[in-house]
Amino acid sequence: MKKAVITGAYSTRVGDLQGATCMSLHTEAGLGALADAGLAVADVDGLLCAYSFTEPHLMLASVFAEYIGMQPAYASAVSMGGVTACMLVMQAAALVEAGYCRHVLVVTGDNRLSGMRGNAVQALAEVGNQQYEQPYGMTIPAAYALVAQRYMSEFGVTSEQLAAIAVTHREHAALNPKAHMKSPITVDDVMNSRFIATPLHLLDCCLISDGGAAVVVSAADAAADLRRPGVHVLGTGQGHTHEYIVAAPSLTDFGCKRSAADALGRAGLKPADIDVVEIYDSFTITLLAELESMGFFQRGEAGVAAAAGELKIGGKLPCNTHGGLLSYGHSGAAGGMFHVVEAVEQLRGDAVGRQVEGAELALVHGDGGILSAHCSVVLGRA
Amino acid sequence: MEKPVPRPNADSAPFWEGCAAHEFRFQRCRDCGKAQFYPRAVCSHCQGRDLEWLVSAGKGAVYSVTTVYRGPSAAFKDVTPYQVALVDMDEGFRFMANVRGGEAEIGTRVRVIYEERGDQTIPQVEIGG
Ligand SMILES: [Zn+2]
Repeated sequence: MKKAVITGAYSTRVGDLQGATCMSLHTEAGLGALADAGLAVADVDGLLCAYSFTEPHLMLASVFAEYIGMQPAYASAVSMGGVTACMLVMQAAALVEAGYCRHVLVVTGDNRLSGMRGNAVQALAEVGNQQYEQPYGMTIPAAYALVAQRYMSEFGVTSEQLAAIAVTHREHAALNPKAHMKSPITVDDVMNSRFIATPLHLLDCCLISDGGAAVVVSAADAAADLRRPGVHVLGTGQGHTHEYIVAAPSLTDFGCKRSAADALGRAGLKPADIDVVEIYDSFTITLLAELESMGFFQRGEAGVAAAAGELKIGGKLPCNTHGGLLSYGHSGAAGGMFHVVEAVEQLRGDAVGRQVEGAELALVHGDGGILSAHCSVVLGRA
Repeated sequence: MEKPVPRPNADSAPFWEGCAAHEFRFQRCRDCGKAQFYPRAVCSHCQGRDLEWLVSAGKGAVYSVTTVYRGPSAAFKDVTPYQVALVDMDEGFRFMANVRGGEAEIGTRVRVIYEERGDQTIPQVEIGG
């Protein structure tokens, strides 16, 4: 079977985008990815969308298809939180590899900052269990803080190590003109920022941004004559262990272990083969737990590596080279798609000012809920 | 705005009725013998349907705990900072609660107490036991 190819990728500006709507961001991202591929709307036979907080609808793919004037042969919308972008890439790859579609447009975007007037934190808290979590004032940061406390107690992770992760992301964002937050920060700045939920400080938490991102996933034979060198989807995998943190089987081991093992196994690779990783970083602890659970580091070693600069561009395992959710931006489902777009740019050698030299293999990873649902995607340079 | 009041359904009604009587009820599977929380129509360990309701002694230890400084709504912002804990009960199940009567850390022994919330009674934990 010929593997699927990412033939176009695009991310919009991120930040406080006054005048943007969920659908206008979808449009800008979708048309941007199509232009990058050298395709027109009429060439697209598959459309995959995610979900929106500002324009919530059961059928977002139909809403967007109508908005932009597209009548695809296949359409679907998936709502799985932060893992959705990677899942959509996996689904698109399956569709083109099975012969149902030639070119699938995968679009995400939301005006979560300007469109929710500061209510995003409260809206996100409502994903907690209504009977067994919400009555206790559990927030998303509090749920991740419960993971962090347990991780610190079992493996000796320190707040300074978590802070080093935030600092590395900001350094990467400073190299990226599109990033939402570019002003330099230090470990002390992170440690001295106010607590959100112990041990997580404000600067351990991701941003809330407006923005959109899209990719085109094409069948191998349909990709051959397009304008950009394609990026191959070498392997994908998922892992699911729980939804609510109160019911998580472990606070230190997660479904990313299985998703990464499956994705790398299907690609015939191991973690040490990967040149650059773009891994979901909703909080500093999210990234640390995933790096270790997926096997990029031994237990208790990812924090040490972060503090030693090993996650920086030029380090042993360059990670979130665009700045991640922590400093580039987080626009709902598009937050995870920024990681995909960045991996494509790195593998094409287009990441001007932040290029990982010689990057040939990348792993992109998303997680949804409280480390509940995971999807890993291994990409390779053409 | 008030703090959220749990809305019972058919799966959970016996649990919330127990709380109103200051009784912490949990399910145990008659097929595999394991305890589960939260209440469901099926055993999440073995998919058995033969579940019995038991009453917990109300004692356990903190598995993880965080002190929340940014609450999700005005009602919680009024009471920050507050602790949210995952508590492993001695009968072998886990639930979430706020900590009363001091500050807990991982491993702290706690016991269940009850608080009125709207038309419901919700379980919490206090240090000790
Ligand atoms: Zn059972």
